This record gives sequence, C-alpha cells and structure tokens, in this order.
Amino acid sequence: MSLSSPSVRSVAFLLALSTPMAGILAGQALAAAPAKVSVAIKGFAFVPQVVTVAPGTTVTWTNADEDPHTVVADDKGFRSAALDSDDSYSFTFTKPGDYAYFCSLHPHMTGKIIVKAG
Amino acid sequence: MHDHHDHDLDESALSRRGLLTRCAGWAGTAALYTMAGGVTSSISLDAALAARPIMGKTKPFTFLQISDTHLGFDKPANPNTRATALEAVAKIKALPQKPDLILHTGDITHLSKDEQFDDAKAILSDLGTPIFYVPGEHDFLDEGGGKAFLAHYGKGTLGTGWYSFDHNGVHFVALNNVANLKPGGMAHIGDDQLAWLKKDLAGLSSSTPIVVFAHIPLWTVYEEWGWGTDDSAQALGFLRRFGSVTVLNGHIHQILQKVDGNISFHSARSTAYPQPAPGAAPSPGPLKVPTEQLPSMLGIRSATFTRGNAPIALIDSSLA
Repeated sequence: MSLSSPSVRSVAFLLALSTPMAGILAGQALAAAPAKVSVAIKGFAFVPQVVTVAPGTTVTWTNADEDPHTVVADDKGFRSAALDSDDSYSFTFTKPGDYAYFCSLHPHMTGKIIVKAG
Repeated sequence: MHDHHDHDLDESALSRRGLLTRCAGWAGTAALYTMAGGVTSSISLDAALAARPIMGKTKPFTFLQISDTHLGFDKPANPNTRATALEAVAKIKALPQKPDLILHTGDITHLSKDEQFDDAKAILSDLGTPIFYVPGEHDFLDEGGGKAFLAHYGKGTLGTGWYSFDHNGVHFVALNNVANLKPGGMAHIGDDQLAWLKKDLAGLSSSTPIVVFAHIPLWTVYEEWGWGTDDSAQALGFLRRFGSVTVLNGHIHQILQKVDGNISFHSARSTAYPQPAPGAAPSPGPLKVPTEQLPSMLGIRSATFTRGNAPIALIDSSLA
C-alpha cells in the first residue's frame, strides 16, 4: 500500500488537472455553436462594458450589487425587469449590429453588445 | 390638529385638491417649517382637509421631510429597514410641535412591490399627519414603469405623478424626476412636466415662498454617479424670480446643501441606510457601517421656515 499510494495520488492529481481543462475546451467548443456570454452588473457598472459576440449568442446579465438594476436597450429592443441582487436576465442576439443599452434606474450605467459574424 | 382621514373632497375639482386626500403615508427625511405670514392662494391645506376656508389668513406652521425608507431592503447595510422607519415615526411623534404636513421625497419602497407600498402606509399612517409623496427610482421599477406607485399615490396627480398645492401661503411643488430616464443621463424632469411647472408658477407673485420637492437632487452633486437632474436648469429658470425657493430631495442618503441665489437645495438622510460621500467609494451602493454606528447616519429633518428671504433653519435629527 505504501508503494501504490504515490501512484494513486498522481492519478488523482492528473484527473484534477484535466477536469477543468476539459471544461475550458467544452466552453470553447460551445462558443462555436450557440454561445453563451456573461456580463456582470457590479459596482454600478456593466462588466465588461463592451462585449463582441457572434450572431446567435445568448448574453446573460447577473446583478451582483445590493441595488436593483435593469438592462434596457437604448432603442427598447430588449428590456429586463428590475433585477434584484443575484437576479439574471438573458437575451439572444440573432442579428449583427451594435446594441447599446443602459440601466433605466441609473442611466449613467451604459454598455454595448456588438454582434458580428466570424 | 388635522384629523385627516379619507375626507372625500370633490374629486371632479382641481387635481391639487384631489391629491390632498391621498395623504395616508410618507417615508424618510423630516423638515419642519414655521410659516409666519404669507400670501393665501386658491386652496389652503386646512381648507381642503377640513372644509374650513381661511382665506386671506395665515399662521405659523411647521412641516417635515422624510426620505428613502426603502421598505423591503434587507441587505447587510440595514437588515431591518422596517424597524428604522418605525424609529423615525417615533421620533416625529415626539416632536414638540406637530407638523402640519409631511413630505416624503421618495424611495418609499425598495422594489415597488404592492406589499412594500402597503407596509409604508401601515407604518406612516400612525403619524396621523397628511403625507405628500414623490417617487424615487425604486418606486418606479415595476413592470408597468410606475403603475404600482401611481395606483397607490397617483390620485389627483398629473402625468407621472407631479402636482402642487398651497398651504398657508407657501406653494409646494412635487416633481417626479425618476421617470423615462435617458441612456447616459442623470435624473430627468421631461418636457411635459416642465411645461406644466412653468404654467403652475406663472400666476404666482414673486413674493410667494416656494418649496419644491423631488427625489433626485436638482443640482449636480456628482455626475459620475448620476446624482443630478439633466434638465433641472430649465426648472430652476422658472423659479429664479421668486424671493425664497427651497428645494428638498432625497436619493443620496446624506445631508448636503447648496445655495444658488434665492434657491437653496437640501438633500436629506435616509431612514434605511447611508451611502458614501460623492466619489468617496468606487460606487454609490449602500454603505455598510458598524451596527452601532448606523442610527447616527439615519434620520429625519425638521426646519423652521420664515417668510420671504429669511434663511431656513434646518434641524437634522439622527436616529441615534
């Protein structure tokens, strides 16, 4: 037992290493198909403020603040309900273009989703 | 003493009259105004409430401002905003002079939920004093974009909830600057409300003392945090000819003042939680302070108001 222990440990170590890598690879594979992107609402800001995605990407905003926020397109093309702490809102962008948005409660908070192919 | 219940005044009458009947609650900052003299205008609060016209007659009076009760907020900055609102009510009830009326400068609720509006009424109606409300952005975030607030407080108001009324010669103007906000901007009054304001003030003598109340400051406190109103210059333009204009707001949960000619601006404390001084933190979110320190950062405000150009004596009382 004392001899086999090190090898068992190293196998476990390799598994521990390979599992997150597999996760990352899966994430990249997903990006080519219907993709998902997250935007945090944190410190009265959209983070990242500008995101470029491929058509068909679903963007999910999650509010990490203690204050409620909203996600509202400048042209009203999409609009979330008020998001309390930890609430999320998702929207799938199918057509290429620039989508400026803001928080309708704190309008100095602005962001942009750029949708373009390839 | 006003025995104010649900006096049902002639609802078909002026909107400012109707609004006088919807004073069942209030919230966060307190301002007491003693008014000696004054020009009586069309309808006094006394007349409207008690059907007891006292045309041409004035008397000293006090009023109070409370703000930002944020009922429903339960985060670490104050897990029990209901308890602190009740403390504010107790503080107001203990005042030596009962205010004629109370102004609530918004963020009555945290999330515009009906049960939060109802709770505000339950807590504030205990004061037995007419309460006049303006909404904060937290009162206007329902799916209907303010329908919930207007269902509770909109009776007799115009547009998104603005109105005016007179009491003992003082003209009170309630503005909503949290509706239809524009991307990249700050608070906003909007053209319809500005047109109404201009008309509302047009018939008044320049000696009429004016009190304007709105949620977000009408002067730019800190643009990076949206602490200002992007079209306030037009509103202030209509107000400059008056000898005494007092502008009361909430929103920033701290006491700040500014004087600009005959116009003085005063932001009030919250009864719920403090916020950082302008630029003193990465964001304007709720400020967590040691529990024992919290009451000293919450409060109500009373003020003594004398007619004409005399300065206003404000008394801010913390809940400590």
